[in-house]
Amino acid sequence: MTALRMKDTFRRGDAVTLTVEGRCVMAHRGETLAAALLAAGMARLRHSPRDFSPRGAYCFMGVCQECVVRVDGVLRQSCQVPVEDGLVVELKGSL
Amino acid sequence: MTPADLIVVGAGPAGAAAALAASEAGLQVVLLDEAFAPGGQIYRAPPQPLSVAPTARGADDAAGDALRAAVAASAVVWTGGARVWSISGAFRVDAVTAAGSESFTAPRLVAATGAHERLVPFPGWTTPGVIGLAAATILLKSQGMVPGRRTVVAGCGPLLAAVAAKIVAGGGEVAAVVDLAGPGDWLKALPRMASRPDLLRQGLGWALKLGAARVPVLFRHMVTGVSGGETCETVTVAPVDAEGRLTGGRSRMFDVDALAIGHGLVPGCEIPKLLRAAHRFAPEAGGWTPVRDAFGRCSVAGLYAVGDGAAVAGAEPARLSGCLAGLAAAQDAGRLPADVFAREAGAARAALDKALVFAGAINRLMRARPAMVEAIAAETVICRCEDVRRGEIEAAIAAGAREINQLKHFTRCGMGPCQGRMCGETAATLLARHVGSREAAGYWTGRPPLRPVPLADLLGQFDYADIPVPTPAPL
Repeated sequence: MTALRMKDTFRRGDAVTLTVEGRCVMAHRGETLAAALLAAGMARLRHSPRDFSPRGAYCFMGVCQECVVRVDGVLRQSCQVPVEDGLVVELKGSL
Repeated sequence: MTPADLIVVGAGPAGAAAALAASEAGLQVVLLDEAFAPGGQIYRAPPQPLSVAPTARGADDAAGDALRAAVAASAVVWTGGARVWSISGAFRVDAVTAAGSESFTAPRLVAATGAHERLVPFPGWTTPGVIGLAAATILLKSQGMVPGRRTVVAGCGPLLAAVAAKIVAGGGEVAAVVDLAGPGDWLKALPRMASRPDLLRQGLGWALKLGAARVPVLFRHMVTGVSGGETCETVTVAPVDAEGRLTGGRSRMFDVDALAIGHGLVPGCEIPKLLRAAHRFAPEAGGWTPVRDAFGRCSVAGLYAVGDGAAVAGAEPARLSGCLAGLAAAQDAGRLPADVFAREAGAARAALDKALVFAGAINRLMRARPAMVEAIAAETVICRCEDVRRGEIEAAIAAGAREINQLKHFTRCGMGPCQGRMCGETAATLLARHVGSREAAGYWTGRPPLRPVPLADLLGQFDYADIPVPTPAPL
């Protein structure tokens, strides 16, 4: 799953660079981390703790907790985190 | 500790209207929301500096901007980015904000926390790439993104056409719209929907857009499975009857990387539940709803519940119910003369009753279909957080779980970080089959924290060394 940024209908903020699993990912200020990861083709964000099944953002509004990743070492809901230059993201939840 | 006359939690159409009405009547109002700008989900603004190009702005963008301008121009104290995690006493609200851990107190509280989506589990529903219909609207409206390269849009209600049309307009591809309802169900809803010609016109516009893009619409169909390893690759759909039972008709498969799906909305009434207000089960309102008088007063003195967080009815009824509660709070505080209250609340109440006609038609399309829950396979996960399967839930019921909280203790269903918001409806529907009714099955007991919060955010600068340790007594 890869989200596509609409070109003509939205004005985007300055480009920022995140480090996700050691890779550089480009995003724009104003985007949430969950959306930016999806636009980079990163749908799988973590694994569930009991079954170790792949999980990604589901509700994008802070309810489901499925999009939790480590941001600069701290567990955060990526749909609630605005992207910032230099964020270091690990795609793993509480495991 | 910030004292006020009224605290409003949630700044969508309902909460903003409540805050504005109370503020205009002279109350000192604090308005809190998790988002960084007022508007709720329906009028969610793109976070700065992301913005909708002036040529692409629609009616919802204008309505959202008007709401934000009204809050900004008022005396309401707006605190965005506030994650409310505890409410205690009558009333102390604890939130994590940009300033750290903050507390607010007021003798009156309006709960306006909106709805969340119902989703009946199916094989593969936890696969990345499967997102809610409301999630898709957030990506489309506030992030300027189309969810995937090729998407199936499925479930029920007007969001189907809204999401599909926005994906097409945004340059994405919709493989199919899969609607639980049939054309006959929509026709039946039409006379009541005609009470809001503007919304009906908006809906017809979406339908025309989908027709022009030759998007197949499969009526009376549902998604029966998603396959793919790490992400969604194939979505399977099959025909159903009016109650969502498979008819045994031919199934179809779509190769897509995204599925946007939702089966209606459930009131998010965690605050009234936390404060032990009385509730009743009302399927027509989306599920459990706080017992309220005509102005939104709950059974707990000083507590008001408004909008879709109390009873699912849509944006305009939400705004009017918020307005009523704001006026009621002002009157209860002794700030609004009885005649002014009667006049203003009477007008808002009449408008609300009128607006509920449209809402009734939509809610019928988005109603829960228990037959879908009955058909869930034993190995399908019900609770996403804890990976609890239907088979485990049935085993716990067979072992004597007779009420939803007991079921939670037996299985851990609902005990994970989403706190039962995703699985609660399904688990309660499964339990109700054995205990006779949703009333008998009950609802999760409200407990703090309302949302998970990092302990470090609550502690702030407080350190272990700051704990006062008394000197030990001499031996």
